Amino acid sequence: MEQLFALTPLIPVFPLLAFALIVLWANKNNKLSAGLAIGGIGLSTLTSWAVIAATVAAGHEVQIAGWSLPVPWLPTAASIFNTGFAVDGFTAAMLFMVPLVCTLIFIYAAEYMEGDPRYARFFAYVSLFAAGMLTLIVADNLLLLFIAWEIMGLCSYLLIGFWFEKDSAKKAGLKAFLTTRIGDVLLFAGMLFLYSRTGTLTFREIFKPEVLDELSRMLIWGLPASTVISLLVFGGAVGKSAQFPLHVWLPDAMEGPTPVSALIHAATMVSAGVYLVARMLPLFAIVPQGTLSWVAIIGSVTAFFGATISIAQNDIKRVLAYSTISQLGYMMIALGLGGFLAGVFHLLTHAFFKALLFLGSGSIIHAVHHGAEHADDHHTDPQDMMNMGGLYAKMKRTSWAYFAGTAALVGIFPFAGFWSKDEILAEAWVQWHEAGSIGLPFWAWLAGTLGAFLTALYMGRQIGLVFFGKPRSKAAEHAVEPGNRMTVPLLVLALFAAFIGFINVPFIANGWLHHFAGLVHEPAEVLHLEAVPFQISVALVSTAVALLGFFLGWGMYRNLKAGQQDPLARMLGPVFTVLKNKYYVDEFYKFVFIDTTVALANFSAKFDYDWVINPIVNFVGNTGRLLGELSGRIDTVVVDGMGVLGTARLFKWMGRELRLTQTGQAQNYLLVIALVSLSLIAMYLFGI
Amino acid sequence: MQNIPLTWWLSVATALFSLGLYGALSRKNAIAILMGLELMLNAVNINLVAFNRYITPQNVTGQVFAVFVIAIAAAEAAVALAIIIAAYRQRGTVNVDDLDSMKF
Repeated sequence: MEQLFALTPLIPVFPLLAFALIVLWANKNNKLSAGLAIGGIGLSTLTSWAVIAATVAAGHEVQIAGWSLPVPWLPTAASIFNTGFAVDGFTAAMLFMVPLVCTLIFIYAAEYMEGDPRYARFFAYVSLFAAGMLTLIVADNLLLLFIAWEIMGLCSYLLIGFWFEKDSAKKAGLKAFLTTRIGDVLLFAGMLFLYSRTGTLTFREIFKPEVLDELSRMLIWGLPASTVISLLVFGGAVGKSAQFPLHVWLPDAMEGPTPVSALIHAATMVSAGVYLVARMLPLFAIVPQGTLSWVAIIGSVTAFFGATISIAQNDIKRVLAYSTISQLGYMMIALGLGGFLAGVFHLLTHAFFKALLFLGSGSIIHAVHHGAEHADDHHTDPQDMMNMGGLYAKMKRTSWAYFAGTAALVGIFPFAGFWSKDEILAEAWVQWHEAGSIGLPFWAWLAGTLGAFLTALYMGRQIGLVFFGKPRSKAAEHAVEPGNRMTVPLLVLALFAAFIGFINVPFIANGWLHHFAGLVHEPAEVLHLEAVPFQISVALVSTAVALLGFFLGWGMYRNLKAGQQDPLARMLGPVFTVLKNKYYVDEFYKFVFIDTTVALANFSAKFDYDWVINPIVNFVGNTGRLLGELSGRIDTVVVDGMGVLGTARLFKWMGRELRLTQTGQAQNYLLVIALVSLSLIAMYLFGI
Repeated sequence: MQNIPLTWWLSVATALFSLGLYGALSRKNAIAILMGLELMLNAVNINLVAFNRYITPQNVTGQVFAVFVIAIAAAEAAVALAIIIAAYRQRGTVNVDDLDSMKF
C-alpha cells in the first residue's frame, strides 16, 4: 500500500493534461473536449482514492506525520529550496472531496453548457482549475500552494467573465480578480517574511516546535514575527474565501455559468482560504489569543452578516452566494477558536451540500430558461425567484435533491450540516463555559446560532418561493426537468449531503474523521486537538432555531402571488432595504476606494498630459525639432548650396563660359598661339 | 658675301616669316593659308642656313636640318592639299570660316 503514495504527483497532472489537449487539439470538438475533461478528472479521482486507501492503510503515524516527496528545486547559497508533495490525513480528506465534486460538476456541466459557443473552452478552463486545486491540496510547501492559488485565481477570473459579451460579467470578473489580489499580495508578503526568517516554506519544517518558538521570539516591526506572518497569511485567506471585508466579489462572481459557481465559488476555490488557514493553524496558535482571535472575529462577523444579506436577495444564486460567505465564516470561527477539525469537517460537508445547492439552482435556472424560451418570453430573468414558484410538481428529482441540500445546510438531523455546524457551535459553547465569562467564544456562538436561524430563514424563503405555490410567470409554468447528466450528479451529491456527516459522528467510531485527519498538527505542539464532546444542549438549540427559521420562511413565502410585496420587506421595512443593498458595502467601497482611485488617476492623467510631464516632453521635443530644422537649413544652404553644389555650379559656369573660346576656327587658335609666342618673346626680351 | 652681316639674313627671314604668318592668319582661302605656312617654313630655313654659315661653318648641321624641313614641308603640302580637296568635296567650299565643325 505504501507504494500507492507515489501516485500523488499524478493527481493534478491528469486535468492539466486534459487542459493542454483541449487547448491544443480538441478545441473544435465539443464532445471530445468534455470527454477529455471528465476523463482527466475521473482519473484524478481514481488516483486520489488509491492515495486515500494508502493513507487509511498506513495507520495513525502516517496520517499524522504524513508521507512526503520533496523535490529539490532551487539551489540557493546556503541550502536547497525544496518543493514537493505531501499527503497526510487532512490532505487525504480533501482528496476525497475535491476530485469527486469536480467530477460530478463536470458531468453536470457537459449538459448544462450545451449550445454554448465556447463549450470546449469552458472545459479547458475548468480542467486547468481542477489541476490548480489539486496541486494546492497536495503541495507540501507554501510556494507551490501559492502557485496553485494563483492559477485558480486566473481560472476564476476567466470563468466569471466567461460570458464576456455581458458587461456585468466582464466587470464581475475584474472585480473578483482585483479584490482577491489584495489578499494575494498580503499572502505573498507573508510568504516572503516567512522565508526570510526561517529559510524554508515547507509546512513540515515550519511547524517544528523549535522553529515556531523562534518565530514567536523574532520581531517584525516591533511585533512577533508569527503574529505579522499569520495576519498576512490570513489576509490571503480573507480575500480568497470572501470573508468580510473582502467578501464583495463573491456575489458578483455569480455572473459565471452555474457549474462554475458550484465548483469554484462554493465547493473548492473559496474553501482554499479556509484550507490555508487550517494548514497554517499552528502559526496562528503560537501566541495564545493572538491572531487566532482575529480569525474568529472575522469569521463571526462574516457568518452573521452574510446570512442577514442573504435573506433579502431575490436572485437564486445570490442567496446561495451570501450563504457561502456565511458558511465560510463558520469555518473561520471554528479555526479561530482552535477547533481545527470542526473547521475542516464543515469545509468538507459544505462542499458537498453547497455544490448540490448550486447545481440544483443551475438545474432550476436551466429549466426556467427553457420554459421562457418555450413561452417565447425574453424578458423574464430566469434567476429571479420572484418569477418562479410551483416548480416541485415539474422537477421532482431536482426538488428532492435540493431539499436534501437545504436540510444539510440548515442543519437538520441527521444531514451533514447538522453534525459539522454543531461541532463548530459546540466548540464555541464549550470554550464559553470553560472561560465562564462572556468573551469571544460566546459572541462566536451567538453569531453562529443567529446565523443558523437566518440560514434556515433564507433557505425556507427560497424553498417556498421556488418550489411551492403557483408559478408566478409563464416561464415557470413551462419549466421541465433537465436530462440525466444533470440530475444524476444532483442525486449523487444529495446522497453525500445526507450521509457524509457520519464520517465524524461522535457516537460512531468515536468520530472517525477526527482520528484520521484531526491530528495533523500534533507535532507542532501548540494546539489542543481533542475532539469536543457532543453537546446535546447546543444541538437542541440550533435544531430549534433552524426549524423555526425554516418554517417561518417557508410559511411566509410558499403562497406568494405574482406582484405581491415581499412579506419580509413589509415586516422589516427600511432594514430590509439596507439588507437588500448588502449594507451598501459596494457603494462604500466605490465611494472610498474606487472614486478616490479614479480621482487620483484623473489627477495623475492631468499631471501627465496637461500640466507637467507632457509639456516638458513637448518642450524637449520641440526644441530638438527646431534645432534639427536649423541644422537642416544649414546643411541645405551652406554645405549643399555653397559647398557641394556651389563648387559644381562654379565649374559648370566656368565650363560654359570657357567653351566659347573653342570656336572651331583654326585661325583663331593660330592667332592665339602667335600672340602668346609674341608675348613670351617679349617677356624674354624685356626680362619680365 | 661674307661682308653681308648676319642681321640682314635674319631680317629677311623675319620679314618672310611675318608675311607668312599674316597670310596664314588673314586669308580665308585654305590654299592661301597653306601658302602662308610654306612661307614661314622657308623663313625658318633661311634662319637655319644663315646660322650655320655664320656661327658653325665647320659643320653642315643647319643645312641638313633645312633639307629635312623642305622634305617635311613637301609631305605636309601633299597631305594638306589632300585634306583640302576632301573638305571641298564634302562641303563644297574651301573657306575656313565655314570649316568650323571642331567647335564645341
